[in-house]
Amino acid sequence: MLNEPDIALSPRVADEVKYTTCYMCACRCGIKVHIKDGLVRYIEGNRNHPVNKGVLCGKGSSGIMQHYSPARLRKPLKRSGERGSGEFVEIEWDEALKIATDWLGAIRKTDPKKLAFFTGRDQSQSLTGWWASQFGTPNFAAHGGFCSVNMAAAGLYTIGGSFWEFGEPDWDRAKYFMLFGVAEDHDSNPIKTGLGKLKARGAKVVSVNPIRTGYSAVADEWIGIRPGTDGLFVMALIHELLHADKIDADYLVRYTNAPWLVIQQPGAADHGLFARDADGDVLAFDARDKKLVKAKAADIAPALAGAIDLPDGRKAVPSFELLARRYMDSQYSPDAVAATCGVSAAQIRRIAAELADVAFNQAIEIKTEWTDWAGRKHDRFIGRPVAMHAMRGISAHSNGFHTCRAIHVLQTLLGSIECPGGFRFKPPFPKPIPPAQKPAGKGYKPMTPLAGLPLGFTMGPEDLVLEADGTPVRIDKAYSWEAPVASHGLMHMVITNAWKGDPYPIDTLFMYMANMSWNSTMNTKGVMEMLTDKDPKTGEYKIPHIIYSDAYASEMVSYADLILPDTTYLERWDCISLLDRPICEADGPADAIRQPVVQPDRDVRAFQTVLLDLGARLGLPGMTKEDGSPKFPGGYADYIVNHERTPGIGPLAGWRGEDGKSNGRGAVNPNQLDAYIKHECFWHHDLQPDQKFFKFANKSYLEFAKHMGFVGSTDQIVIQLYSEPMQKFKLAAEGHGAVQPPENMRERLKATFDPLPIWYQPFEEAMIDTKTYPMHALTQRPMIMYHSWGSQNAWLRQILGRNKLYIATTKAAELGLVDDDWVRVYSHNGDIKVQVKTMEGVNHDTVWTWNAIGKRAGSWTLAPDAPEARKGFLLNHLISELLPKEKDGRRLSNSDPVTGQAAWFDLRVRIEKCEAGAEVSEPQFPTLPRPPGVAAAPAVNRYGAKIAKSR
Amino acid sequence: MTDLPLERGAKSLGLVIDLDTCVGCHACATNCKEWNTSGISAPLTDVNAYQAEQRGVWFNRVFTYEVGGQSANARTVHFPKNCLHCEKPDCVTVCPTGASYKRAEDGVVLIDHNKCIGCKLCSWACPYGAREYDEDVGVMKKCTLCIDKIYNENLPQADRVPACVATCPAKARHFGDFADPESNVSQLVRERGGFDLMPETGYRPTSKYLPPRAGRNGALTALAPVETQSPTGAFLRWVDRILTR
Repeated sequence: MLNEPDIALSPRVADEVKYTTCYMCACRCGIKVHIKDGLVRYIEGNRNHPVNKGVLCGKGSSGIMQHYSPARLRKPLKRSGERGSGEFVEIEWDEALKIATDWLGAIRKTDPKKLAFFTGRDQSQSLTGWWASQFGTPNFAAHGGFCSVNMAAAGLYTIGGSFWEFGEPDWDRAKYFMLFGVAEDHDSNPIKTGLGKLKARGAKVVSVNPIRTGYSAVADEWIGIRPGTDGLFVMALIHELLHADKIDADYLVRYTNAPWLVIQQPGAADHGLFARDADGDVLAFDARDKKLVKAKAADIAPALAGAIDLPDGRKAVPSFELLARRYMDSQYSPDAVAATCGVSAAQIRRIAAELADVAFNQAIEIKTEWTDWAGRKHDRFIGRPVAMHAMRGISAHSNGFHTCRAIHVLQTLLGSIECPGGFRFKPPFPKPIPPAQKPAGKGYKPMTPLAGLPLGFTMGPEDLVLEADGTPVRIDKAYSWEAPVASHGLMHMVITNAWKGDPYPIDTLFMYMANMSWNSTMNTKGVMEMLTDKDPKTGEYKIPHIIYSDAYASEMVSYADLILPDTTYLERWDCISLLDRPICEADGPADAIRQPVVQPDRDVRAFQTVLLDLGARLGLPGMTKEDGSPKFPGGYADYIVNHERTPGIGPLAGWRGEDGKSNGRGAVNPNQLDAYIKHECFWHHDLQPDQKFFKFANKSYLEFAKHMGFVGSTDQIVIQLYSEPMQKFKLAAEGHGAVQPPENMRERLKATFDPLPIWYQPFEEAMIDTKTYPMHALTQRPMIMYHSWGSQNAWLRQILGRNKLYIATTKAAELGLVDDDWVRVYSHNGDIKVQVKTMEGVNHDTVWTWNAIGKRAGSWTLAPDAPEARKGFLLNHLISELLPKEKDGRRLSNSDPVTGQAAWFDLRVRIEKCEAGAEVSEPQFPTLPRPPGVAAAPAVNRYGAKIAKSR
Repeated sequence: MTDLPLERGAKSLGLVIDLDTCVGCHACATNCKEWNTSGISAPLTDVNAYQAEQRGVWFNRVFTYEVGGQSANARTVHFPKNCLHCEKPDCVTVCPTGASYKRAEDGVVLIDHNKCIGCKLCSWACPYGAREYDEDVGVMKKCTLCIDKIYNENLPQADRVPACVATCPAKARHFGDFADPESNVSQLVRERGGFDLMPETGYRPTSKYLPPRAGRNGALTALAPVETQSPTGAFLRWVDRILTR
């Protein structure tokens, strides 16, 4: 037989194509959505978009199944049974909004801090934070505190930007790339595209990660380091570079505080602070003219070493000398750290040699005339083509802040920050170090907005958010002595603290997109019990009211009293704002919108619109006109266009001004959303070639940044290798200054605050018996599920529908384990029963699993016997939000002591083989019922059959 | 049984898949699924979509293997698997109804679902496991190389590439004409040592794989310390240096 049928090679693809922004993770790529017969036919990457440039990852390409998920909530719900039972009745929006307004209104009239408003994977934090401020509660944060605040804070306190959102490797020019602890997470497409570019050019890719999957799998060299020791490894690299004098001293003098003089008066209140003149300006010692000079002046010749006598007799030394003395010490030699890190000294020495070779023997130049901050012209940009990126594996340890600072010190010593081939800032970064915004929260009052936004950056003890008696103002104890630099709050502590009433009980917990009774919390089982626990005296819940907004029937829904159903990402307006977490790239700022590309078929409302409605009902000043009517009756879209944070600056930077011709700054343009839609839903400004590098010291760039409102002045932004704010907290711990920590915090503060990066053993490891818990346990973020877990996507769950505990073949042999054996995993917080799988590419002393694959039976409209529930599991049960007991019986939070970052990856475990039994993972929980109105999921999914018929 | 075209046209369309850069993100798999579930082979049915034993029709599947054991060359390889549009495909010749066929013009191997009786002989014949049985419809389905996309005049020229290639974030997938020695795919195969999967079967797959590159540890071993000891420590070289700001 031989016959070719006639086939339609040019079927009609779509009735229309609409542009919007993906929300399958936090990457926020531009997408083109093809609509046919009112249904979503195809979602593809937008080729013109600055983030993804046309590509779309496995998650983004599964958006159709997210949008049409059977788990979508359909109508507001009011709890009708006991909390946690999942029993609800459907109510109308009017009733739902009245209930919320009554609860919140009473709080605002009496004690606004009794509202704890915490959002999860929220991409509208500039609205939600402002709303909290207008309400008057200091208790706001999004999920940054349990995500990667160590990364963000370390960068913002050191270089003025940070990995991922505030900067990126120069993928087009780097010749050597080091990736630290990227657990296959942020950001999605740019890393993949960047790795492709590096490999196509033959650049070397080195991955430092205990686990060899994903990006680490394609690395040219994999360093399977022991978890929590990256800081020591980096300090050994610094040790090697310093001993060989392979550092960019010119760069240090021009762009960093390496020459700034540090007072050396041990025991004095100013020890370790910068020496300043009568004007308050920091000083350096000019090695040419042999005199003290203002350190920020141009054309000076500041010394990097050598003790100086200040005019008043105090001693001082350039901060670089302190840095060099510390890391040249033999305790940081490769030989000294090798065993702790699980990396050979020879490998550390070789990596250091390769870094130096690329930075200094393979430097690159871009011949472009540019003018520095002082007005001096240069004819080229010199690049040290070593780029680095780090993420959760660095961040999620209790020593992560310092580890991330150590990486920035390494980059800076190589001269590879903000140069061609190095790490480049994405405008609006770099910002002053740290950004000027201080956390508001002190002096909260009923019926009164806060003086500023709840989250910000402390410069010293005086900026802590404490009551007059020194106790924390915030429910999560952010900006207290337990987490003085908690720039993103501590969401992982909110429920525990509220349940305990420590520092005080709250009235209402209001959350958005945060699955806090399951995968987004530590100590999942314990938190579920806290959410349902009642005061035996009153019979009331310890957390009296819980309001929750989500689009899907997540595990958290069952633990709320009032559910405000959200839309899917294809049904809503959103703005990806420069005021928030931007999507810019190194070549220029960008922002974007989401527009509804299809209309909801359910009685749901976009959370941001609901929030503005609640704000108007409560009479919050920013959301109410003088006559008491709502200021944004058109909901979130209205706010996006008409809200101004300061005159001329609003959520969107593009097409401002009445004529729509201004960028960055300009009057409200009533047609702004139309302009975005016309331009594929994003705005991007390409910097001039002379503005693209050394932005922290580039006159033309700094003038542009000031015009745009990114920075307040055109002053040079000087990299802070030596961090004076850290020293101020240390001095307070030593007894200096008016704002003093409680006695029982002094020792920890002294040990963990240091103006130069330090390494210390992660807290859990230091406090438990490592013989009882000999192994590390980690999670990796599956590339095809991470941040897409809302809905249990029908396609993605076929790729990864259950997880196992992965263990090194060598370790498994020691323990007598083979594939698919069942084991019990013990930590100081509890135990779980799971199935193992052996592999080669994992650190010998580490076990790991995929994050958030385990689901509670009945949630997400999954069948109760779905593998996610029966075989899948969470490591979260093993991870306590609290450290083991201190000597005095206190239990401090399991967090970084500087930032409050949740220390997920400090977990230590023991593994014991157990009987397979029913071959079900443990713990198991009662099956959750489907919320009212949500139908059973279909068994067969024939999506597309109908669309194809109408071609 | 079914014959192959007596005379092949000028083109041999296929893919080059780079095993060096594939990070295993499954974008090829899901983007293929979303294009094709409403395309010429619609639907790419999912069975037990939200229940136990979930499964479905996929034209691309990505597998991950560890190779090299504990040796210095050990690595993890992501292996995306799809139809290779062989020049001598037994999956076509075993077909009892003429449903499976190889297009003369460009060599793309397709199935006429109107003729397929779901006997699965083709899936036994394909050593690459590229055939997918739709148990709901009772027919075999497979990669079409996005035949309704690559020639589609309703799409801009730049979009007329298979979905898996257009979407691949790492640019590990390339589409082109292997009959043209100057095409992008032919050049890649020459430059990077592209190879046939299991050539011993004699099916002459059109699509090729590029092998993982060897690691790049150069000749460097360690930095030489600079001898600058002075009575005050090792800082003399920095004390004496004049650097201008």
